[in-house]
Amino acid sequence: MKPLDTQKSYQEYVDKKSPNSPILKNCFNAFWVGGLICSIGQIIMDICKHNSLDIQLSGTVVSIILIGISALLTGLNIFNKVGKFAGAGSLVPITGFANSIVSPAMEYKSEGYVMGVGGKMFTVAGPVLVFGISTSIIVGIIYFIII
Amino acid sequence: MNWLQAINWLGILKCFIVGGAICVIGQILIDKTKLTSARILVIFVTAGAILGGLGVYQYIVDFAGAGATVPLTGFGYNLSKGAIEGVKQYGLLGAFIGGVKNAAGGIAAAIFFGYIASLISKPKMKKQ
Amino acid sequence: MKKLGKQTIKFDNPPTVLEAATIVGPKEAEGPLAQYFDKCLEDEFWGEKTWEKAESKIIKETVNTVVSKSGIPSGSIDYCFAGDLLNQCISSSFGLRELNIPFLGIFGACSTFVEGMSLAAIFADSGISNILCAASSHFCSAEKQFRFPLELGNQRPPSAQWTVTGAGATIICNSGNGPYITHVTTGKIVDMGIKDANNMGAAMAPAALSTLLAHFQDTGRSPNYYDVILTGDLGYIGKEILTELAMDKGYNIKNNYNDCGVLIFDKNSQDTHSGGSGCGCCASVFSGYLMHELRNKKLSRLLLIATGALMNSTSSQQGESIPGIAHAISIEL
Repeated sequence: MKPLDTQKSYQEYVDKKSPNSPILKNCFNAFWVGGLICSIGQIIMDICKHNSLDIQLSGTVVSIILIGISALLTGLNIFNKVGKFAGAGSLVPITGFANSIVSPAMEYKSEGYVMGVGGKMFTVAGPVLVFGISTSIIVGIIYFIII
Repeated sequence: MNWLQAINWLGILKCFIVGGAICVIGQILIDKTKLTSARILVIFVTAGAILGGLGVYQYIVDFAGAGATVPLTGFGYNLSKGAIEGVKQYGLLGAFIGGVKNAAGGIAAAIFFGYIASLISKPKMKKQ
Repeated sequence: MKKLGKQTIKFDNPPTVLEAATIVGPKEAEGPLAQYFDKCLEDEFWGEKTWEKAESKIIKETVNTVVSKSGIPSGSIDYCFAGDLLNQCISSSFGLRELNIPFLGIFGACSTFVEGMSLAAIFADSGISNILCAASSHFCSAEKQFRFPLELGNQRPPSAQWTVTGAGATIICNSGNGPYITHVTTGKIVDMGIKDANNMGAAMAPAALSTLLAHFQDTGRSPNYYDVILTGDLGYIGKEILTELAMDKGYNIKNNYNDCGVLIFDKNSQDTHSGGSGCGCCASVFSGYLMHELRNKKLSRLLLIATGALMNSTSSQQGESIPGIAHAISIEL
């Protein structure tokens, strides 16, 4: 079958022609950067617990500090370089969530502080909150029915 | 150094391995499925919330600490955990209160720091 | 002017490409073609507050440069064709709003530049004296509109292309000493169902093939007739696909075929993955490099095929495939 005979055969032909991402290298980088970010979180957690904060509050402190660092690095135009190197290693931890809020906020500053920054801030992170919160509410309702 | 003694190094190792492994799952999704990063974050938060609701994620958190709570699955877990605690405390109403209450610090910090960052800095072109 | 076959126009009095100018961004200035551009910017804002304003300034200054280089008073330019990638072509209409020349805005995605030159050549052969054509693109404004915020820490897949920051402008005249536009082959929309916006070269290659075949069939020419056959922005992947598909149809273009997106960046040192793209890619490579080669008689027969992906961010979100188009002009001494 020739590549241009059908859309399907062309897609298969294109898939063969397109280079794959260097998945082993990407996974290795994602592993150690992601692990490192989590470890920084764990160190903060241990210090908080040592200062007799309860586990829930310690977790919140970890989130706030990591989000703060991520926002700072995004503002200094450094986070995208980390993200390019680490891929999911910096995307999947809470740092990626923070970056997804800060980056459109900066990008759409040119459209004003209300509808630009305020409105576009959640273009990437909005769905995360929508699905995360909705799922948790469903979990809560099911839990209520079961007990 | 007082605070150095507070750190459980074995715990850090477990956290490193589990946290890294969760990120590797994300990387495989990126490279193999062509999903956008927004969709990958949604998958992780939803998976975390479901696994949290089923009680499975609690085991991972007990084992790996921040290795399980820092990835976005942990954010989902935290929402579900809050919703369940809310139901225990307030009944059905708690399902709506508990989740966001638990995650409030993170969400508020992201919004606040995001706004501040946009005030003081400008996006720059990637050199590469 | 007469029509050959189904898609080609042959000019009785071939219009001359009188002058060309190009301004590009900092990354293009680090590429292998840097010496051929009229001006290279040091930063992508060029003193403006937004990227959209910067892109408008780039096309405006490029047009001013070509007009002053040509020596034709701007009052003697009869028409202007211009376009770009931003919604409703705001870069060209905002950038050229003070030009005071009858203006025809056009959109052909990344094929806009050659679309403009085709129309200008037809105007010229109908007796109009001087016609200006321009096209622009900007990496940052294009990423913002079509993809993600610049500061988002994501990875670009190997098939992704890099939008060229830059603009090219030419003046086409109905009299002159060449280089002449001898033929125009207007492309048809071709959609082979590719949906991946990070693989534009593959989406546009079938359209380029369709136009290439139509040109050869209509004119009776063969690939060897041309010194160079150049596509606009198929990139490395699209280039390979087009070469193979053409071979499959019995046209060997291996020896004299290249792509502007491949030429403009150095893949290894500039990390541009599959190469350059955007209206500015073909426009700047033609207005800088190719005009220089034509002038110095290093090239005497050129077939330029600009390729365009006719999609927007809404159509991608709705899961539509990417229709491609390609327009060809042959330029000879």
